[in-house]
Amino acid sequence: MALDSLKSEGFKQVGTRPDRPDGFDKVTGRAKFGADATAPGMLHAAIVRSPHAHARITRIDTSKAEALTGVKGVVTRADFATGLKGENWNILENVMAGDTALYDGHAVAAVAATSPLIARDAAKLIEVEYEILPHVTDVDEAMAEGAPVIREGAADKSVPPGLHPNVVRYHESGHGDVDKGFAEADLVIEDHFRTEATHQGYIEPHACLATLGGDGKGELWCCTQGHWNVQKICSALLGLETSQLRVTASEIGGGFGGKTTVFIEPVALALSRKTNKPVKLVMSRSEVFRATGPTSSTSMDVKIGMKKDGTITAAQGVFRLQGGAFPGAPCEFTAMCAFAPYALKNVHQVGYDVIANRPKQAAYRAPGSPMAAFAVESVIDELCGQLGLDPIETRLKNASKRGTKASFGPTFDQIGLVETLEAAKAHPHYSAPLKPGQGRGISCGFWFNHGGETAVSLALSEDGTAQLAVGTPDIGGSRASMALMAAEELGIPYENIRVTIADTATLGYNEVSHGSRVTYASGLATIEAARDAVKKLCARAAAKWGIPEDAVKWENGCAVPSGPNAGDFDPLPIDQITKRMGATGGPIVGHFEATPEGAGVSFATHIVDAEVDPETGKTSVVRYTVVQDAGKAIHPTYVEGQFQGGAAQGIGWALNEEYIYGEDGRLQNAVFLDYRIPVASDLPMIDTVIVEVPNPGHPYGVRGVGETSICPPLAAIANAVSAAAGVRLHELPMSPPRILTALEKQRDG
Amino acid sequence: MVEVNLWSGLRALADGKDKVEVEATTVGEVLDGLVKAHPGLKDAIDAGVSVAVDGRVIASSLTEPIRPDSEVFLMQRLKGG
Repeated sequence: MALDSLKSEGFKQVGTRPDRPDGFDKVTGRAKFGADATAPGMLHAAIVRSPHAHARITRIDTSKAEALTGVKGVVTRADFATGLKGENWNILENVMAGDTALYDGHAVAAVAATSPLIARDAAKLIEVEYEILPHVTDVDEAMAEGAPVIREGAADKSVPPGLHPNVVRYHESGHGDVDKGFAEADLVIEDHFRTEATHQGYIEPHACLATLGGDGKGELWCCTQGHWNVQKICSALLGLETSQLRVTASEIGGGFGGKTTVFIEPVALALSRKTNKPVKLVMSRSEVFRATGPTSSTSMDVKIGMKKDGTITAAQGVFRLQGGAFPGAPCEFTAMCAFAPYALKNVHQVGYDVIANRPKQAAYRAPGSPMAAFAVESVIDELCGQLGLDPIETRLKNASKRGTKASFGPTFDQIGLVETLEAAKAHPHYSAPLKPGQGRGISCGFWFNHGGETAVSLALSEDGTAQLAVGTPDIGGSRASMALMAAEELGIPYENIRVTIADTATLGYNEVSHGSRVTYASGLATIEAARDAVKKLCARAAAKWGIPEDAVKWENGCAVPSGPNAGDFDPLPIDQITKRMGATGGPIVGHFEATPEGAGVSFATHIVDAEVDPETGKTSVVRYTVVQDAGKAIHPTYVEGQFQGGAAQGIGWALNEEYIYGEDGRLQNAVFLDYRIPVASDLPMIDTVIVEVPNPGHPYGVRGVGETSICPPLAAIANAVSAAAGVRLHELPMSPPRILTALEKQRDG
Repeated sequence: MVEVNLWSGLRALADGKDKVEVEATTVGEVLDGLVKAHPGLKDAIDAGVSVAVDGRVIASSLTEPIRPDSEVFLMQRLKGG
């Protein structure tokens, strides 16, 4: 990026807090979510799911279901493409089981009927015979000798010989000599940690409306974080030409990474192709828990050596991630993020991707990083406690900064960890007195952030307003941020820009809204598309004035001569150019299509105060402060919302949320009554501090903010709870029974 | 020649090396050079990698330029939520 394209000050609109453009639709019920679409002659679908954790499917008889009045079609695996390989095969196998059901809730057949009730009744009439196989759901048990093998040959070449076939991928990285480093330490602490799988808990279940004809042309409406990805995967799973399937993203009621892949969309398309009717498919909450993608569960060992002055001399970690019945648990990210906040001469990290009889894991905000921070930051807290060191000063002493060789290899460019620690230290929260029974916890967290393929189009209207088409579903307020950036460049009011999430037929490929990439990549694309439009506006003004194009510049929404030698012309406002654009060269549209590669990494520091009731084991989070580097906050209210959202989800993950499996391998708590996400009364006001250390890879300095906010909470809360309870907690969630057990063990010595 | 740092888990696929020198001026040439020097790396590279060039993580662009003195790390491909 050319230096003259960077802007770091003098913003007129960026950094303000205008009303959100989607607010009116959402509060009046006009916004259309996944389940809100209808079509003439539409059928409703239901999916038959395995009641077993692991079972061979020996027979499927659909005749009784097909004989039911109102049933129009049934599909099984035979109705999908064959010969798939790699991740497409994994996704198809997850969407519809082949010869083996791999987890409780695995889809084995689906039916379409004239009403949802008939579809559900018909699903019960589909007879499936199973041969039950041994199962395993725990990560350590799945790696142990003698564990049932989920699938022979699933491991890739990274896995060292001698490991159980359920270990399917392996990561190892680091530098220096950890043994030498541990020998130099005054204190070495090694500990074991575990976390359970949690769900993203998005309020809107997966829903779609599919139309697919025998001619191979289709339309799909769905709630997703990435409709081009849906188009690509569904086309592969159904044997379609990609461009013949048009996918439109609905409004989305939360995703957090869980809607970056497909679960029901290929099934609805297959049923539509079979029945020649539009088919609507909406998941129940129970289906969302049983058959979409939660996080990995983990088993981790972390060892850190420290000198009396707080210098970390060595660190190593072993991170075992259970990711369901398919490869893909983000063991490499867990390993690479674990020690990234610290400048370490000696560091070594290992990750294992382990399959088990659970649903295929999916991304959840900074996949893999929060668990690593839980283990690492807990050990650092324990070291600080035993050495009598201040937790923030110790982290500052070891903090990664520009020029630090990261624990995962490369050298960091401009980063903002030190700034978040300094801001946390200066925050009144850090020095506020605690009441008896309360504890305070600190943690840092790290996430990479991402760029990705991006295409944007900005079309000017005759009245000087603008229509901005982006391809990244708005999962966190991005339409407001895009409008602000376009308004900044065009010099027109924020309200004069309408941002639309375009369908797959309208723009070039856009990568999924993931990796905290949207405000970075679509934002960069929006700025460049607006600059492209401005260049064309200036050209029209130059033609009108009869001067060279480079003698015109753009100021405050007007074309003006670039200097006294360019001529003496009155400023030409945007609407005066656009109202005559049809007669002066045609429509004015700005474009940008590229793969931005300058996403800057991001760090955060969280402060938490918690209170533990020793009688009940219940934890109350009484004060919470998030400090995070945003690079440049385009719309600060949304940035603060992302900070608060990550903290709120982290509180649920740390204290209550968990997938509970019975001895039979079936999920025991597949409803919100039994899977307890935080409600408003569980949460304190979450204070936020936006740190701005610009990312050199974005024209305004933006860093993604959506994911880093969930990296520190598990550890910060664990450190606060451990301080309040007087006993170290090593396993999440720190639910009341687990805290009571820890207190009892401590009392019993 | 460009020195490419591999993550340790790839050593077994690169004759025990965690640094490999290849002739390259772009990210794409780095990846081609690695597979040519150590065919065992092909599956890992095909599965998806990122390349960190002077601290900047290149997730996709094969045309990204590389200087002979660039710091180059092969990394697993980044995804997110």
